[in-house]
Amino acid sequence: MQFIKNIFDSIRPNFEEGGKFEKFYRAYEGFETLVFVPGHATKTGTHIKDAIDLKRTMFFVVLALIPSLLFGIWNTGHQHFLAMGEFSDVSAGFMDKVLFGAIKVLPIVIVSYIVGLGIEFGIAVKNDHAINEGFLVSGMLIPLVMPADVPLWMVAVATAFAVVIGKEVFGGTGMNILNPALTARAFLFFAYPTKMSGNAVWIPTEGGAQVDGYTGETLLSQAYNAPDGANFGELAYDAAGQQFGSIADTMWASFWGWIPGSIGETSAFAILLGAIFLLWSGIGSWRVMLSFFLGGLSMSLLFRLWGANPFMDVYPLQQLIMGGFMFGMVFMATDPVTAAQTNMGKWIYGFFGGFLSIMIRVFNPAYPEGVMMAILFMNVMAPLIDHYVVEANIKRRLKRAKVAA
Amino acid sequence: MSKTVKIRKGANIPLSGSAEKVKGEATFASSFAIKPTDFHGLIPKLVVKQGAEVKAGSVLFYDKYNEHVKFVSPVSGEVAEVVRGEKRKILEVRIVADSNQAAETFDVSDVSTGEKVKQALLAAGYWPFIKQRPYDVIADPKDTPKSIFVSGFDSAPLGPDYDFALHGQNADFQKGIDALKTMTNGAVHLSTRPGGAADTVFGAASGVEKNTFSGPHPAGNVGIQIHHIDPVNKGERVWAINAQAVAMIGRFLNSGKADFSKTIALAGSQVEKPRYFTTHIGASAKSIVDGKLVDGDNRVISGNPLTGSNVGVDGYLGFYDDVVSVLPEGKEPQFLGWIAPNFNKFSLSRSYFSWLMPKKGGYALNTSMNGEDRAFVVSGEYENVLPMDIYPVYLLKAIMTKDIEKMENLGIYEIAPEDMALCEYACTSKIEVQNIVRSGIDLAIQELG
Repeated sequence: MQFIKNIFDSIRPNFEEGGKFEKFYRAYEGFETLVFVPGHATKTGTHIKDAIDLKRTMFFVVLALIPSLLFGIWNTGHQHFLAMGEFSDVSAGFMDKVLFGAIKVLPIVIVSYIVGLGIEFGIAVKNDHAINEGFLVSGMLIPLVMPADVPLWMVAVATAFAVVIGKEVFGGTGMNILNPALTARAFLFFAYPTKMSGNAVWIPTEGGAQVDGYTGETLLSQAYNAPDGANFGELAYDAAGQQFGSIADTMWASFWGWIPGSIGETSAFAILLGAIFLLWSGIGSWRVMLSFFLGGLSMSLLFRLWGANPFMDVYPLQQLIMGGFMFGMVFMATDPVTAAQTNMGKWIYGFFGGFLSIMIRVFNPAYPEGVMMAILFMNVMAPLIDHYVVEANIKRRLKRAKVAA
Repeated sequence: MSKTVKIRKGANIPLSGSAEKVKGEATFASSFAIKPTDFHGLIPKLVVKQGAEVKAGSVLFYDKYNEHVKFVSPVSGEVAEVVRGEKRKILEVRIVADSNQAAETFDVSDVSTGEKVKQALLAAGYWPFIKQRPYDVIADPKDTPKSIFVSGFDSAPLGPDYDFALHGQNADFQKGIDALKTMTNGAVHLSTRPGGAADTVFGAASGVEKNTFSGPHPAGNVGIQIHHIDPVNKGERVWAINAQAVAMIGRFLNSGKADFSKTIALAGSQVEKPRYFTTHIGASAKSIVDGKLVDGDNRVISGNPLTGSNVGVDGYLGFYDDVVSVLPEGKEPQFLGWIAPNFNKFSLSRSYFSWLMPKKGGYALNTSMNGEDRAFVVSGEYENVLPMDIYPVYLLKAIMTKDIEKMENLGIYEIAPEDMALCEYACTSKIEVQNIVRSGIDLAIQELG
């Protein structure tokens, strides 16, 4: 490692005061601290510090996203070949599917990181503050909530919008009100609805031949369009137009995730791997995840009891493992900056997030992805929830004082 | 009513090098210093000049705003130097000790009332041991507190064992407790770990409310104990005093002689044989650590690693401290340290392996920041290590925005920087929590009185 250190040592003077590139010191510092955790010793306060820092926290979230990313790459290829009528078996054509998916997905990831980090570095240099690591996660989340067929320029515009309007105008990492990745998605959803919803966007077909019966519909849209009195689970079909067969088989496909949808959201299994990792490492809030799940489950159960249409009639578990619910629960709702900050607040925030997700999904056909709207709404509500939780604490203290007096 | 409290939040940081329960050879220090900076917010007025002869118990300086509160020399000798800092602020009053120790004597024949106890303690320089909540500053002798708290154990990493340090001082400790009782209308609370033996100093003490606290640090912090037993509301005063100081006060009231000797622990991973020593308040660090350390770039801390101050080998033992911790400095950058598994590092988060495979014998943590200052991102960390009904992040925000009313409502009266030291330790964003709390308390003193 010494030689890498020597390289940094030799170019550092250029960036320090009086150097040629002193303006870019923060950018240089960002790179150096990425490679070497700096040898700063404590000066005031506690003499020892916990081993964790923000880089590790963010890195762990990125690690948790890897299963979803890898699955998303494969599934993008899988859906494509299903639509083309090739390799329709899940186990067939693995390499072709991965290759096709990688060509589709990786550019989206790269564009998201280049645009986002570029803006972050630029602002850090301009405002002379250290580069915060928040975008390491946002940069991975943004591609995973995009349809595979999204044009790259849209990814770039959405990322820029999310970083600048969603985050930096509020003061940067730690200050934002809305989850940046969801801001990016919501921006595209409202600015370019035809590219973010409907049946044509989920499966890249490259305009080529499609199998008979191809619709490109997601399960959510199928559930919404199911004829009255029918059970959606029995009618559901895949990208090749093949019915899954039974309610259990539909659930099986949704759990593993070989269904159409945004890149990272389809596989409940891959997301659960990430969730286990986040909970195991303690990085993700179990309170938010659990209460979000319970909220979604309650709403699904209520709908099933009500049963006014086939979408309401969907089995609660099926309801929760399709669409973006799981992804939102594990990776979006748990964002510590935009979630409620008090423990009590987290329960309320998570529960209503899950509750509203399913409610919006079922009630409003214009927003099949209710999760996005629900989490953004709860992001806005989180400070209010916290406010009342803190107010209750104040009341307890005042009451105690009165009793004592 | 005695209470049993189970503390659930908090954390023990398993540092290696806790002091073994053995008393080492005492080396009498030749140089001592009393540091006005140990007493937060104090404006000292000097009464001695360089070269003056002093005895143990002779006044060195007093509080400009409360002239009854006097600060005295711990030993007899000559005032060697008054060290000043910026704007001629007095940092240290250094004393070179005589080989023959002499002490001032005081009339302590009648200490039956609170007033008389106060006068005796004020005159002999024992008063500064008594601190008050709110604000964690020296108590005002004009107040009558609603209760007085003594913590019988130190739960901080490398903290000393008071039971051991006070062994055999039952009579002095009891005398101290009796004296404290005269100054309050309420109770004197003594908190211990559950299951203490009856023949120890704390077990034998009578006339006190004995409370037991189980659970991790900061269970031993008196602020936490007050919060759970007799919380401070607006306008109320509670006093707190260190267990060893109680025995020192008792010793003084029994003998009438000023004697500031006490037992301290020398601990930490850089100490060859961590153990206890008898020394005096204000002793030079050199007299304590000389020849007892492992070679290397060491940080000598007066106090524990969470709340102590970096005094260096040339510094002096703080007035309130009863442990000297020596840790290795951590100034080496680490290649990709944020990815590395880092088996030798300890973390309260589970992103390191320390929770799965705790290192036997504890961790030799160094003083590395383990990262850099960042914006506040990760929520819930502070709450996990603060066993109080207080929302720490909201209190800190109120302090930073100087919102006095909010600070008051959110618990500034109950908190001391040391209570939130673990929050600072655990913080992912490396925020200086104790400094913020201190500045909030300063603001509260200034605005609310």
